[in-house]
Amino acid sequence: MIHSKKISSKVGIYCLLIAGVVLSIAPFYWMLVGSTLPSGEIFRLPPKLLPGDYLAKNFQSLNESLGFAKIFWNSLFIALVYTLLSTLISSMAGYAFAKFKFKGKNLLFFIILCTLMIPSQVTLIPLFEMMVTFNWLNTYQAIILPTLASPFAIYLMRQNMKSIPDSIIEASRVDGAGELKIFFTVIFPVTRPAMAAVAIFLFMSQWNSLLWPLITLNSKEMFTLPVALSSLIGMARIDYGQLMLGTTLSTIPIMIFFLLLQKHFISGILGGAVKE
Amino acid sequence: MAPAFLLILIFTVYPVIFSFILSFQEVRGLEKSFVGLANYSRLFQDPVFYKSLLNTFQILIVQVPIMLFLSLLIAVGLHSSMLKGKAFFRISYFMPAITALVAASIVFMILLDEHFGLVNYLLSFVGIEPIPWLTTPFWAKVSVILVMTWRWTGYNMVIFLAGLQNIPSELYEAASIDGASKIKQFFMITIPQLKPVFIFTVVMSTIGTLQLFDEAFILTQGGPNNATMTITLYLYEAGFKFFDFGYASAIAYVLVIITAIISWVQMKLVGDD
Repeated sequence: MIHSKKISSKVGIYCLLIAGVVLSIAPFYWMLVGSTLPSGEIFRLPPKLLPGDYLAKNFQSLNESLGFAKIFWNSLFIALVYTLLSTLISSMAGYAFAKFKFKGKNLLFFIILCTLMIPSQVTLIPLFEMMVTFNWLNTYQAIILPTLASPFAIYLMRQNMKSIPDSIIEASRVDGAGELKIFFTVIFPVTRPAMAAVAIFLFMSQWNSLLWPLITLNSKEMFTLPVALSSLIGMARIDYGQLMLGTTLSTIPIMIFFLLLQKHFISGILGGAVKE
Repeated sequence: MAPAFLLILIFTVYPVIFSFILSFQEVRGLEKSFVGLANYSRLFQDPVFYKSLLNTFQILIVQVPIMLFLSLLIAVGLHSSMLKGKAFFRISYFMPAITALVAASIVFMILLDEHFGLVNYLLSFVGIEPIPWLTTPFWAKVSVILVMTWRWTGYNMVIFLAGLQNIPSELYEAASIDGASKIKQFFMITIPQLKPVFIFTVVMSTIGTLQLFDEAFILTQGGPNNATMTITLYLYEAGFKFFDFGYASAIAYVLVIITAIISWVQMKLVGDD
């Protein structure tokens, strides 16, 4: 009696979990299928559940209306350069905050914590004016520079760097290593998981960023993927086939990036954010 | 260190201060004139702004609890030791969170189409009349909530899961020896141990929802009849559709103040440590 009750509750849990999985995955699967169908087929009911043969055609029209290769490159270039530089800069800053003693350190860290709390929207208009003054509208640096020093990343890296024993750093100093050398040969290897977590976080946020690029990029060939895709919706006649392919292609890089580094993601983000 | 701080100074601290000054000015082309509190007093008489505040809070109050409850439920379900295929479930639930944000909104825009959308088609099998998801005020808000929940539940679930895994198993062993039931263990051990993680997710989700833009911009452009106008969307319109920089800055500062107050209250309410 008790045994059968246990089995049925187990079956219940599985059913609920699988229903949840279907809800999570179905829109995604449908997007993949949609990218291989012509626009008219996407709205056909009952829906097509197997891929069609319109992938190449959709790509062609996507490329014609957006210049897709260039836009994909814009997004990829911006996200990769941003992730690389930002991870490096934020890690170094985190290291300085965790392991150095200098005048005004607490004040500087307090300022960084404050900027962490402030919604980024508040900087939009002065930043936009600044970009106009620098003549930086429609440039890569306009997207990359303003958020390059991420307070969140600095904070996470500082939390992680704190747990590195001072004795390792001291030992390298005694051996005559310079600060940069210490950072790259001693600190870098031990904090790699944390850096991977920070890198995923930064890549995802930059890859998905819509509002700031929407404001700073108004020439079509400088668009990033989110801006370009949202511009497709504004068109009088939406070609849903190309839209679906565009959304699929905008999702693939972020998935690859995530799957490559995912092992570290959760422990890194959570470890830094929650434990003090 | 120096480069990081310099960047923050130029691209964050300076704009934050400048934005504050701007909120007391009127901007006409290149001309700026000081107008005192005019932007703010205009803001507090602006029905669309009130609407955007109300919408943002309605979405916040409904979406965040539902999402976090679901996340916690799934996380606890997945954490229970008798389950097989955990990795499969974990990745599946996390998939929406790695879908590009704009992509997710676009896919749902199509799925929720009133006449040809898959969602209404499926609902018709259980006898539900077509729902005007994106074209009526009430359902437009529901749509935004649906997309947000789809996209972020798995993300928070993974954070909860990590939190659950960090609870030392000795605590449960000791409790079982003392004869505490599973349910009692859940309330006496799991919930208190999970508290810091829970605070983290509540604060992050709240801040995220206060800054809601992408989903509303893609799904409904703030409509119909401003039903999904959010604070950030209104800021964007004031600033970059009407180039009313002073007014937009005032909106931005109200957002800052609201965020500060809510974060502070949440920290006080949930955290006694």
